[in-house]
Amino acid sequence: MAYSEKVIDHYNNPKNVGTLDKSKKNVGTGLVGAPECGDVMRLQIEVDDATGMITDAKFKTFGCGSAIASSSLATEWLKGKTVDQAVQIDNMDLVEELNLPPVKIHCSVLAEDAIKSAINDYRKKNGLVELVFEEKIH
Amino acid sequence: MLKLPIYLDNNATTPMDPRVLEAMIPFFTEHFGNAASRNHPFGWEAEEAVDYAREQVAKLVGADPKEIIFTSGATEGDNLGIKGVFEMYSSKGNHIITCTTEHKAVLDTCKHIERSGGEVTYLEVKADGLIDLKELEAAIKPTTILIAIMYANNEIGVIQPVKEIGAIAKKHGVLFFSDAVQAVGKVPVDVTKDGIDIMAFTAHKMYGPKGIGALYVRRKNPRVKVTAQMDGGGHERGMRSGTLNVPGIVGFGKACELARLEMADDAARLSKLRDKLETALVQLEETYVNGNRDHRLPHVTNISFKYVEGEGLLMGFNKHIALSSGSACTSASLEPSYVLKALGLGDDLAHSSLRFGLGRFTTEEQIDYTIKAVGDTVIKLREMSPLWEMFKEGVDIDKIEWAHH
Repeated sequence: MAYSEKVIDHYNNPKNVGTLDKSKKNVGTGLVGAPECGDVMRLQIEVDDATGMITDAKFKTFGCGSAIASSSLATEWLKGKTVDQAVQIDNMDLVEELNLPPVKIHCSVLAEDAIKSAINDYRKKNGLVELVFEEKIH
Repeated sequence: MLKLPIYLDNNATTPMDPRVLEAMIPFFTEHFGNAASRNHPFGWEAEEAVDYAREQVAKLVGADPKEIIFTSGATEGDNLGIKGVFEMYSSKGNHIITCTTEHKAVLDTCKHIERSGGEVTYLEVKADGLIDLKELEAAIKPTTILIAIMYANNEIGVIQPVKEIGAIAKKHGVLFFSDAVQAVGKVPVDVTKDGIDIMAFTAHKMYGPKGIGALYVRRKNPRVKVTAQMDGGGHERGMRSGTLNVPGIVGFGKACELARLEMADDAARLSKLRDKLETALVQLEETYVNGNRDHRLPHVTNISFKYVEGEGLLMGFNKHIALSSGSACTSASLEPSYVLKALGLGDDLAHSSLRFGLGRFTTEEQIDYTIKAVGDTVIKLREMSPLWEMFKEGVDIDKIEWAHH
């Protein structure tokens, strides 16, 4: 199976690889997937408390090229969005942007899960109620 | 000079040797006859070519030419060998012994047999990929008619103790079938010395054409018969009907002859290159060779690069290097290699594996390039891997409660 140009580009030049200080109150961390399934994504957001704006986002991913590209693209999209806007990111947007084939849709679902998990971690740390999301079929 | 792209997937298929192609060409146009046409020169020359090729094939595996049944390949050979024995010897018993790391063509054939009223024992393999001979012997019962154990494994290259298996089979009066696809032409295979009664192999894994293979069926001590799985003109001593693929057979014969003459040199050269590759790559931290390293094909190594996912790893160099991964990220099940799991590898290590299969046309420059490309990509992806970061921080990844999906 051939990868799309965009997946290859993110794989070769991943954006925002790295680690934020998870002990900080305004950093939310999402760790999703499992080594046994061949994908683990860790996605982190740093939020400006005053504006609710995501000022930084970082990822590290163990997985195939599509998983790496999905998380790289997700961090790009997160930066500059408010937390409320970030919640709206849908996995199908990632699928469309990266031209992921059907067998790779789970990579985008995982990235969406990682975003939501990072947001909830941030909310929990800041005394907010965790959001409840409908489970997607993986 | 470095030749790109580099093909290191020779367990999947091999390129055809130009000498094989050369031998085949006249049999497409000039000598196109049907080998079964007994009444004219077109048929005679085709038959003569088939007879000659049959000798070349037989000679490579220490068989008599009459014991070679041409098939379309090893999947057909596996089906014909196993189902053919099951049907032919049904009055004697219905039990077959095989092992969990066999090729799907054997495993799925065995499943079919179970659905047809047969009984199959699937032996586990040890951590090095080899079967336990004591377990094999203990699994034999009065209804056992066949032991089906592969010669060499397609994913990890380990060579089963074939002679010992053959001896156990003989001692108990059970037939021994071996899928020898990966071994024939690569290491010395001798059906008599190895005690094999039925053996499937194929041309395209040994620099011959695709679509042609053979089933060896022993004619004496004991005389073995298999029930045909296709009805028709009764070709190949009634065991495999269908007009013979003369150009394919000619090419298969030539490939066998070349293998017989060049095997020792090829193996010596390739094992040196394989060892160079393996030695260099295991210098990387947390890198492991899968399967027994002493009883192994000379041109294969299977390596797990922990904390890096195999398919993601391949992507780092698959423009220039063709390799296979034990990961199955593209399959709907997300299940990694069942062979590696049978060795007791965790799913994470199975997902992190690559199979390197060298071949007759692999050069040292290509191996040097591969060492660097794979090493660089592993390092790059580990920098990107959350699991590597946890490992480096001393977090026990097995203790984390992962959300399985």
